[in-house]
Amino acid sequence: MAAVRVEEVLAAAEEQEAERRRSVTVEKELELEFDLGNLLALDRNPPPAAGLRGAGPRREAQLRALARDNTQLLVARLWELPAERAGGAGGPLVARLPEPAFRLPREKPPPRPRPPTRWEQFARLKGIRRRKRTSLVWDEQAKEWRRRWGYRRAGGDPARAWLAEVPAGADPEEDQFARLRREKRERVARNELNRLRNLARAHRAGAAVPAAPLHPTGHQSREELGRVARVARVSTASLGRFQPRLPKEPAEPPSRSGGRKRRFEPLLGNLAAERSRQLELLRDMGSKKPVLDITRAVNKQLRQEEAEAAAAKGKKQSQRGKRGRRQQRAGRSSKKSGVRRQQQQQRPAGGGTGRRKKA
Amino acid sequence: MRPLTEAETRAVFEKLGKYIGENIQLLVDRPDGTYCFRLHRDRVYYLSEKLLKVAASVPRDSLVAPGTCFGKFTKTQKFRLSVTALDFLAPYAKYKVWVKPGSEQSFLYGNHVLKSGLGRITENTAQYQGVVVYSMADVPLGFGVAAKSTQECRKVDPMAIVVFHQADVGEYVRSEDTLT
Repeated sequence: MAAVRVEEVLAAAEEQEAERRRSVTVEKELELEFDLGNLLALDRNPPPAAGLRGAGPRREAQLRALARDNTQLLVARLWELPAERAGGAGGPLVARLPEPAFRLPREKPPPRPRPPTRWEQFARLKGIRRRKRTSLVWDEQAKEWRRRWGYRRAGGDPARAWLAEVPAGADPEEDQFARLRREKRERVARNELNRLRNLARAHRAGAAVPAAPLHPTGHQSREELGRVARVARVSTASLGRFQPRLPKEPAEPPSRSGGRKRRFEPLLGNLAAERSRQLELLRDMGSKKPVLDITRAVNKQLRQEEAEAAAAKGKKQSQRGKRGRRQQRAGRSSKKSGVRRQQQQQRPAGGGTGRRKKA
Repeated sequence: MRPLTEAETRAVFEKLGKYIGENIQLLVDRPDGTYCFRLHRDRVYYLSEKLLKVAASVPRDSLVAPGTCFGKFTKTQKFRLSVTALDFLAPYAKYKVWVKPGSEQSFLYGNHVLKSGLGRITENTAQYQGVVVYSMADVPLGFGVAAKSTQECRKVDPMAIVVFHQADVGEYVRSEDTLT
């Protein structure tokens, strides 16, 4: 009887095992192609032609079975990846995915090419080509090669331009130097205006606006990188309010002037609010103050030392006999020694047991 | 003139707290009017709201002193209490030191208080605690820092310093030009 039962149990267990294994193994004609970096599994097996025609619950069930089988194969592959425990010994088991092989298509259309500027159009029309300029220029007066622009440039020495001729047909009263300066300023302004116009035209035409400072190269200075990091931080939908900070980065609100000016509270601002803020500050300061343990301990120690010294003196006197005892008694009756007696009681250890009991 | 920043307020309250403890609340929150602290040329002034409104209309260069000067911030942003704050701090002082009539004059000249000149001292004064110095007739004379705790004061020899001098009312005469 028992043997039969055991056999039955074993058979049932084995059937259960087979069932479980069946649910885990999947048979396919063609092997699937896997891209584990994207968690992608491509099934090139031809679908069962008969079942997928027409809508219906049977079709649904077949599709679901197909999806389940493919997912089973993908998960089996994932379990084969090298894994480690994240966050120490008790953390979850994390598989390390390989690099994704499948290139996902673009989300947005590629940027259009920049439209040519007015000068570029003109140059193309006229056939003007760009000539490379030399960096040094021969300065005739200084008789040496000077740089084209910058420190000690050729012909840029202001002491040299001591004369400005009045051109024929100009007003003799006009200040020529002022005129030259004004014209230079106008030229610079016009140049800047044209640059901005070209930029606006490119932007309107949908071209990619050159964001060269925002792409990291190896040659950027610390300030530039800091500026770029700040811009990148603010370029989110919430203007950087919820961006996580590095551990040592200080939490600060963005200043309008970009860190140039210190801002203070207004002079006659809300005085009630100021008062409440100050009271809260006082409360915080008060709560953090530790109790003066040191002073108390020191004073207590001093008192104990005094008491011990007095006790020692009293003991010495008691050894002298009757006279000492009389003095002792007299000493004991005074208020001072009463206090001392109480302090002796408080002492955790030490001599003077007789006196303590009597007190 | 501008209000104090958070750090500056903290520095001022910490210094004042050394002398008057938690009674600063009574200075900040007064029943008879709104008083506030303002900073003008590195000096901290204590003034009423009414005076503040009037002083706000004076140009910065012409303004000498709005209200009572409590002290000033040094170049390294440390706060120094000055004697002009005595009238406000003396009623709220926690730890007091009374000086004998003989050495009153010495204190008013800027010297420290010796044990021989010490009349009374508040019980439980810690060492280096801020104290207000009074004469025996309960007239406030200035500020100081206790050089010894009360217990130690009892035992120390008569020529030892018990209170370091910080400010006294004699400064009104001595440093008349630099006081605001």
